[in-house]
Amino acid sequence: MQWTINGQVREAEVDFRTSLLDLLREQFQLSGTKKGCNQGACGACTVLVDGERINACLALAVQYQGREITTVEGLAEHGKLHPVQAAFVEHDGFQCGYCTPGQLCSAVGMIGELERDLPSAVTADLAAGQIEWQRDELRERMSGNLCRCGAYNGIADAIAAVLAEELGEEIAR
Amino acid sequence: MRAFDYHQAADGTQAIEQAVRCQQAEYLGGGTNLVDLMRETVERPRTLIDVTRLSRDITDTDGGGLIIGAAATNAALAGDARVRRRYPLLARAILSGASAQIRNMATVGGNLLQRTRCAYFYDTATRCNKREPGAGCDALEGFHRYHAIFGTSSSCIATHPSDMAVALVALDARVHLRGPAGDRQLAITELHREPGERPDLETELQPEELIVAVEVPPLAMAVHSQYRKVRDRASYAFALVSVASMVELDGDIIADTRLALGGVGTKPWRAWQAEAALRGQPATAATLAAAVDAELAAARPLPGNTFKVELARRLMIAELSQRLSDARNGGDA
Ligand code: FES
Ligand code: FES
Repeated sequence: MQWTINGQVREAEVDFRTSLLDLLREQFQLSGTKKGCNQGACGACTVLVDGERINACLALAVQYQGREITTVEGLAEHGKLHPVQAAFVEHDGFQCGYCTPGQLCSAVGMIGELERDLPSAVTADLAAGQIEWQRDELRERMSGNLCRCGAYNGIADAIAAVLAEELGEEIAR
Repeated sequence: MRAFDYHQAADGTQAIEQAVRCQQAEYLGGGTNLVDLMRETVERPRTLIDVTRLSRDITDTDGGGLIIGAAATNAALAGDARVRRRYPLLARAILSGASAQIRNMATVGGNLLQRTRCAYFYDTATRCNKREPGAGCDALEGFHRYHAIFGTSSSCIATHPSDMAVALVALDARVHLRGPAGDRQLAITELHREPGERPDLETELQPEELIVAVEVPPLAMAVHSQYRKVRDRASYAFALVSVASMVELDGDIIADTRLALGGVGTKPWRAWQAEAALRGQPATAATLAAAVDAELAAARPLPGNTFKVELARRLMIAELSQRLSDARNGGDA
């Protein structure tokens, strides 16, 4: 079986039962992606597949053959932190750090969804092509990532700062 | 997890051939429910047939409806501009369910066929008639705050967990099925079964039959439809009660309406009784109260979920009142 992981083609023969999460951590020693609940409830295992965020613990590795997978190890480029990573450092978006790889990948995926003007459950006018970026939008969209340390305010600040920078969207607190 | 064989199907016809050929095969969509159940050994297929290569196209029908390929993701359907414009309750219902990560994985066909989240169904150390027919039900006298008040039986009170299905039931969608005996269609209101004596039989699907598409018919009043979900936390939780609603006014008379409920039924619950009591009646508070009473007459709550009766009552009245006032104000929600 073959996958493209953080830009590199990787191969392995694994049991069909292997999740994408276990493939990353145990076959390829990419232990940045974390196993929290292993049942889709916490988001610690969030990775990007072809740019879209998914829970790697619920994904069978075999089903994702040939796809482009980005993990937290693949976010930085040329030794420079991804803007979302830098913002998490700047705004104290973590305490113990266990949920952080999932938060980072999820935030990157979420910003992509914003750029494509995809709605969320709190978007008032679903028919409108453009989304108005409010703080409650941001929190709703990140609700699939739990943080046992309760670093949510820092996480929201970090993501809001990136949005302000990249999309020119100022998000009030 | 029990070991299994894996095949990827290029299309629906091939998936069925593979399922017929293989022992104890199950179809695999996004896996967000099935993989979890396999890990808990609640599901123990010998073969998985991956049906995510089936059509994921969302196409217009001649009359202004949509046909949705079963492999379309929940996220793709909720994000589709036509769905957002013509059937906002469907987009809102999908977006109210699960998390963004799960919606990116989950398919439309899989969403309809997901299993209940009843904790006793998941916990193989407890009794569950759905998991093991005839074993008994530990939810009846257990923790059943999340369980159903409509369509229950002495064998099972498990809730159907889908938000999307509630919206599709309100829209009178049709499921397109393919099986060894050919193609057929089913009204989505007929897809799921009430548990009765056989809670293990959840749908009208025949062995190896597969959902290949869902068709949503055109419906003018759906432009102002809504979906409201009440739950224990603000996001990423199953419904305690949810309401899908829309109305069409003719002067002061309720010309037509659709009402469906989530979180309260053993299947996605179409409020047929309430609808019948609303159609053709004056749009007054008394009409709403009588209609909601007519629906709730069939509720069979247990001590732990009696609160859902009053919650459903208030939510239905609040939502119908809002739809009526939107309709009076020119329909702009
Ligand atoms: S480890 Fe995947 S969601 Fe918790
Ligand atoms: S920083 Fe500790 S769990 Fe989020």
